[in-house]
Parts: sequence; structure tokens; C-alpha cells
Amino acid sequence: MPAARSQPPSLPSRDPPSTSQGRAPDLARIWAWLDAVPDPEIPVISLVDLGTIRDVAWQEDRLVVTVTPTYSGCPASAVIRLDIETALRAHGIGRVEIRTRIAPPWTTDWLTEKGRAQLEEYGIAPPSAAGGPARCPRCGSAELTRVSQFGSTPCKAQWRCQSCLEPFDYFKCI
Amino acid sequence: MADSTSEHMALREFLLRMGDNTLILGHRVSEWCGRAPVLEEDIALANIALDLIGQTQMWLGLAAEVQGDGRSADDLAFLRDVSQFRNLLLCEMPNGDFGQTLMRQFLFDAWHDCQLRQLSASTDERVAAIAAKAAKEVAYHLERSAETVIALGDGSAESHARMQAALDYLYPYVGELFLSDPVDEALIAAGIAPDPRSLRPAYDETLTRVLGAATLTIPQARRPRGGGRDGKMHTEHLGHLLTSMQWMQRAYPGATW
Repeated sequence: MPAARSQPPSLPSRDPPSTSQGRAPDLARIWAWLDAVPDPEIPVISLVDLGTIRDVAWQEDRLVVTVTPTYSGCPASAVIRLDIETALRAHGIGRVEIRTRIAPPWTTDWLTEKGRAQLEEYGIAPPSAAGGPARCPRCGSAELTRVSQFGSTPCKAQWRCQSCLEPFDYFKCI
Repeated sequence: MADSTSEHMALREFLLRMGDNTLILGHRVSEWCGRAPVLEEDIALANIALDLIGQTQMWLGLAAEVQGDGRSADDLAFLRDVSQFRNLLLCEMPNGDFGQTLMRQFLFDAWHDCQLRQLSASTDERVAAIAAKAAKEVAYHLERSAETVIALGDGSAESHARMQAALDYLYPYVGELFLSDPVDEALIAAGIAPDPRSLRPAYDETLTRVLGAATLTIPQARRPRGGGRDGKMHTEHLGHLLTSMQWMQRAYPGATW
């Protein structure tokens, strides 16, 4: 079980380490690779767009990736860690350490604009500070009713459009 | 005030209380999985149980770390017996009907919400971080349980009668939420946790508002039933819950997957 623990002070080096194969990839490139790793439960957006990857830093020849869980009981957390490690290994990074950080807690404010647009295009209404979806992701109607505060994953609620009558998921704002 | 050893012991005890509350209530709520009256409620209950078990991993994870004897959060959850559990009695009360489950949830959520918001300002950064994370989830739990209590209390004659019966049955266990003992005193002195008694006014305000809207009558206060948070006397229900929750580790010690 991942325990909540305070992180030891880290001194990440800004420059990637040199290896026998040459210079290791720089951080911008690594962020781009991570942006290609889909969320396991909502594969239309990446882990970067979801705001779950909080930091990437080299510590000597080891790459430290800091992640934060969306919901504390989210069953996808273990898969997310594995997917990150698998993706980075596929790009030739041998030493990867995944750290969990829970403070500050994850918030839907960390979803990127790209991520929000991808959610809506897929049929999931993006989070809204108003506490409910702004419009139906299928027909755009604002005539909506809430079916349940909870949906198929911890991060979603169930709503229904009164115009096209389709039920849809709403990404809860937290 | 408390020396560092007793403060350390108090912190460990406090973390067990927090983790055992969410573990036992989370397990109770999960007993509805696949059996709730309608699909949406089944999904909602499963999600709430999941949040509570997730919070348990953080609280018992930290308890294991503070304890420092090599035991893990899993060991704490699956290898302790009744008298070693520190959850509030309210959390172990049986599900009863759907109304009783939601009434229990509301009585707990209203307290949990107040408590976590206070704990977010704990002097112990680890406690503050877990509380801040959990508080966001619990705000949703409270919103839902309060709405459902109002809908069922102010519903049909049948649902009203069931909700009043649930409140009458569970209310004697509410007093324990606000009991204070030397463990609390050590934590208050260190700024780690609030005085449980200080949470009562806000709690009573929420109860009065929600139960009033639900047209339910708060029973006369009786001497509070305690014994859960200090482990002195759990109800007979906890042992039955543990036989179900722990049977795998008892039948196959050390089993992993």
C-alpha cells in the first residue's frame, strides 16, 4: 500500500546525465513521451492532461517521476504507475523511480485545455466550477438533469440530457 | 505537557482510529455491492466504499510507518482482532435496510467532514496532507447522504417511518464521536488534532438543518455509548464483520496476489 510520506529533499540536476550511449533525453522530450501515455480508465486523455504527473527530474542517472492520485481509492493508481514505467523503459530509460505525492491534493483545475476538449469530444462533459456540466457533450443542449452524484469511475457523475435524452458522464469538479 | 514518547503513542493510536473508522465503514458499505435497490445507488455506494478504503490505505499506511515495527497497513487491517480495533461504534453498526445505511452514512459524514477540514490544518504535515485529500471526497459523500436522508425522511409514510426508526436506532452512537480522552489531550497539546468536543456545535447545526428538512425528530440524548474508539467494548457486530473481511488471511496466512 502506498503510504503518504513526506519526500526527502531532492536536488534534481537540470541537465540530463551522460551515459555510455551518449546524453540521456532531456526533460521536455520525456514530458512529450509521458503525454502519449493514456489514462487507463479514460484513454482519450493522457496522464499529463489529467494533471496526475506532478514532476519529472533526473537524479544522477535515475529518472524520478512524481505522481499524484486523483481519488485516494482509485483502482487505476497501480496501473498508472506501471504504464509510466513501461513507457519510459520502451524509450530506453533504464532507471525509473515513481514517487507518490498527495499534497497539494489533485484538483480538476490541473486538467489541461487539451484534455478538457478531448473529454468533451469523447462524450464526457468536462468539470465546471458551477458544479454541473455546462452543456450536453452530444447535442450541446443546456437542458440537463443529474441522475446520480456517482458514475462508472470515482471521478465521474451521471447526467442526462433532456433534449436528446442521452445519458452521459460528467467529470466531477474537485 | 506530553513527552515525545507519549505523543508518539498518541499519534499511533489516533492514526488507528482514523484508519479503522474508514476501513470498517468502507467494508460495511461495500457489503451492498451488487445488492442495492437500483443501479445508480449500487454504483454510488461502491464508489463511497472505494473512497473510504483508499483513505484507509493512507491512514493505516502512516500508522504502520509511525509504529515502525515492520508491520504494514495490510497487516493492521487483516491481522488484528476485535479488541485491537479503534473505530467508532457507529461505523460497525449493521447495514439494516437501505435507509439505515444512508442514515448511518449521514451521521458519520457530517462529523467526518468537520473533522477532516480541521485536520487539514494539523501541525503534522503528513496528517494534514491525508486530511486535505480525504476532505474533498467526503464533501461529496455528505452532499449525497444528506440529500438522500431528506428525500427518504420527507418521502412516503413508509420511508419516513423507516428513517425515523434508523435515527432512533443509531443516534445513541453519535455521542462517541465527541468523547475525549488522554490520547486526544496529547494530540490537542501538540496541535495535531482538534478537540473532538469542539466539533459538536457545527455537527449539531448540520443535523438540525438536514433532519428538520427530512421531517425527522432527533431522539432525546441518552448517555453516549462508547467503547469503540478506545477498543474497550465493541458491539457484537464487529466480530462478524471481521470474520468476513479477514477470512482469506486467516485461512491462507500471508497470501498475496
